[in-house]
Amino acid sequence: MYKIVSAIFLAENIKKIEIEAPRIAKKRNAGQFVMIRVGESGERVPLTIADSDPEKGTITIIVQGMGKTTKELNSKEAGDMISDVVGPLGAPSHIEKFGTAVSIGGGVGTAIAYPTAVALKKAGNYVITINGARSKDLVILEKEMKEVSDEAYITTDDGSWGFHGFVTQKLQELIDSGKTIDYVLAIGPIPMMRAIAEVTRPYHIKTVVSLNPIMVDGTGMCGGCRVTVDNQTKFACVDGPEFDAHLVDFKNLSDRNKLYLLEEKQSSDTHVHVCKLNKTV
Amino acid sequence: MDSQHITTKERLAIPRQVMPAQLPEVRIHNFNEVHLGYTPELARKEAMRCIQCKDPVCIKGCPVNIKIDQFIKMIAEGNFLGAAKKIKEDNVLPAICGRVCPQEDQCEKMCILTKKHESVAIGNLERFAGDYERESGNVELPEVKPSTGKKVAVIGSGPAGLSCANDLIQLGHAVTVFEALHELGGVLVYGIPEFRLPKTIVKGEIEGLKQLGVEFVTNAVAGRSITVDELMNEEHFDAVFIGVGAGLPWFMGIPGENLLGVYSANEFLTRVNLMKSYQFPENDTPVFNCKGKNVAVFGGGNTALDAVRTAKRLGAQHAYIVYRRSEAEMPARLEELHHAQKEGIEFMLLMNPVEFIGNDQQWLTGVKCIRMELGEPDDSGRRKPVPIPDSEFILPIDMAIISIGNGSNPLIKQTTPDIEVSRRDTIVVDINTMATSKENVYAGGDIVTGGATVILAMGAGRTAAASIHEKLMEK
Ligand SMILES: Cc1cc2nc3c(=O)[nH]c(=O)nc-3n(C[C@H](O)[C@H](O)[C@H](O)COP(=O)(O)OP(=O)(O)OC[C@H]3O[C@@H](n4cnc5c(N)ncnc54)[C@H](O)[C@@H]3O)c2cc1C
Ligand SMILES: Cc1cc2nc3c(=O)[nH]c(=O)nc-3n(C[C@H](O)[C@H](O)[C@H](O)COP(=O)(O)OP(=O)(O)OC[C@H]3O[C@@H](n4cnc5c(N)ncnc54)[C@H](O)[C@@H]3O)c2cc1C
Ligand code: SF4
Ligand code: SF4
Ligand code: FES
Repeated sequence: MYKIVSAIFLAENIKKIEIEAPRIAKKRNAGQFVMIRVGESGERVPLTIADSDPEKGTITIIVQGMGKTTKELNSKEAGDMISDVVGPLGAPSHIEKFGTAVSIGGGVGTAIAYPTAVALKKAGNYVITINGARSKDLVILEKEMKEVSDEAYITTDDGSWGFHGFVTQKLQELIDSGKTIDYVLAIGPIPMMRAIAEVTRPYHIKTVVSLNPIMVDGTGMCGGCRVTVDNQTKFACVDGPEFDAHLVDFKNLSDRNKLYLLEEKQSSDTHVHVCKLNKTV
Repeated sequence: MDSQHITTKERLAIPRQVMPAQLPEVRIHNFNEVHLGYTPELARKEAMRCIQCKDPVCIKGCPVNIKIDQFIKMIAEGNFLGAAKKIKEDNVLPAICGRVCPQEDQCEKMCILTKKHESVAIGNLERFAGDYERESGNVELPEVKPSTGKKVAVIGSGPAGLSCANDLIQLGHAVTVFEALHELGGVLVYGIPEFRLPKTIVKGEIEGLKQLGVEFVTNAVAGRSITVDELMNEEHFDAVFIGVGAGLPWFMGIPGENLLGVYSANEFLTRVNLMKSYQFPENDTPVFNCKGKNVAVFGGGNTALDAVRTAKRLGAQHAYIVYRRSEAEMPARLEELHHAQKEGIEFMLLMNPVEFIGNDQQWLTGVKCIRMELGEPDDSGRRKPVPIPDSEFILPIDMAIISIGNGSNPLIKQTTPDIEVSRRDTIVVDINTMATSKENVYAGGDIVTGGATVILAMGAGRTAAASIHEKLMEK
């Protein structure tokens, strides 16, 4: 069992959770994730390690309530226990001094991009961050991102905060302003990552995305997380999760993520049902 | 009948005792074990068929040389606990091996009776002894030698790791097993289904090891959570045994393999066995809903048969095995093949898939196959299947499960470069000691041999334990 040390909402439906996991805290690198099983009958889900404190022996994850497992996780409070946390998994982000590096996060993708932005800064890059959200109240990690960035931008779809528009538009603006960009990291919903890949492709800017296929073990044993990259099958949990955005088959990824749509709905419905029951009792 | 005063002729007159089993039409609707086990009477009767050879050749067929003649004699005499103890001198997991060993290729193949009669049912008797001991509640904990002060780390809790841990703890070493998953047992829990190997048996064996003092750390992925070097240098283990099994399922590299509904056998079996998705939504992990659907499994080994029989139990209307050779070449245990046939599994032999076909939503709708014929023998001595030109046809299916074997998990190799690996990424060892190229690091089981058998993995774990012991006590 693993103990939750603190749990606070950063925005509606997005929670920052600190968990006791000393071995993982000591070993993890930017870009790596853990697999979490909340309870005995739970599913194993992958979540990026947003931060860690090796001294204290804790890791931090930032979770968006999507379906049953993530909502259940987000209902936990400090002091609660969860069944399983395993990691750090996945290949660490490839970090070097590229020059000017742009880190782009969409929604909860901002949380996943954050540790890599920190590492890019540490490696001596000029770091620009662009973080997008639907509206002001969904913006997360604004302060943290500002701290690691030489230039930090927020975009909102409705214009309620920062730049009015999409992260792609902001990136295009930067490119058009004549800035040399050597590296782009984009993490967020699949359509966003695909759009970023198309923005940078004509300029041959090295662009990396972190893919989010459905996983089971996270150790390379099942092949469920396979993605098509450069027309080859790769296992995202051991070969990735980061891949060259210009070589990823995004359509296949978004199709494969629909595999359990019906079951996810069923699972989520029973969860809501049980929660309501608990409240009335 | 009295086991002491029975003539050889009388022994030979007893027919091989069939083990009672659930009826096929019943068992395809549940996940309970197919076989129900011998009663003590049936076991004694079967044991009396053994003519107690002067030179028991059966022993040569067993990879761990169980004293087969002796334990069978004890069963015939009604000394069931004694029989279990006798087996355990050489094999710590009789209830498991009795169930899953490919006996027809090992001990039973060598049994002298096969010349004129059917062999003694050695596997069934071994299983009986193991079950009897467990169910009687009389499992005697073996003696543990005084502490040597040495610490050994075992990576992986499959049969190789468990048997290695078992021997080392008894020799007085402190043993910690590190397992990547949240459950212990390796393929015995996430691969082989409940209907062939009830999980309570595996749990019982692990419980026994815990009682002996073996420590288990789950959720620990060697190479990621901790490396082999860190185990030795920072956590001060004197030796490490690597038993991480096979990994990385192979795909066929044909078009359409990433369509929705195409699985590896590992993923399908893990979802069902480990994550218990057959009880969805009580358990959160979903799996393709097989009910009323057509499911094809590609391959002919134990894994393929486990997958297809699982699909059948989940309600598949048609459950096919598509295999490119003929029945005679299928590597699966004979008994499983027979069980599968009785359960209505449809065998599409001498056929090979060339392309998966999907609809505009990317869901699988069929597979294009080509018919094969057997040509000249290949390196493995088996006749090589060759495609018959223009014989393609489309088999409509909703789900495909690929079961053509596994490569090796790369994590250890990537993080411990001084351990020598083969071209196929298996770990290279001295087969007499199981020592790797790295000092004080040993390996055994599927990570060394590639996908093999439970008994070979166990044997390797024990060989490694013996040499680790010798090495640690040298100084
Ligand atoms: C490497 C990696 C890192 C991730 N990091 C984060 C993170 O830091 N924060 C965060 O909020 N989310 C992260 N995710 C996504 C997160 O894992 C999913 O949102 C979560 O699994 C959804 O589970 P659920 O039961 O709540 O929702 P469900 O209703 O089951 O599913 C919602 C969506 O999540 C996807 N999903 C479902 N099950 C899985 C699974 N077992 N593995 C992966 N995806 C699945 C499905 O495509 C589905 O569209 C990451 C995913 C990956 C692969
Ligand atoms: C579906 C199926 C059916 C089979 N049926 C039979 C049968 O009927 N008869 C038979 O004799 N054989 C059968 N086999 C083969 C047999 O199960 C294997 O040969 C045997 O389990 C190998 O044992 P092992 O200990 O080497 O590895 P495994 O049983 O694979 O165990 C390895 C363990 O190590 C863990 N691990 C992996 N990587 C790491 C890491 N980096 N750090 C920590 N832990 C790690 C794994 O999670 C696993 O628990 C079958 C195999 C399968 C898949
Ligand atoms: S361990 Fe396997 S091969 Fe050896 S006697 Fe038992 S069933 Fe036969
Ligand atoms: S070879 Fe057969 S008959 Fe002879 S001892 Fe072995 S099991 Fe008994
Ligand atoms: S999640 Fe199973 S191989 Fe990647």
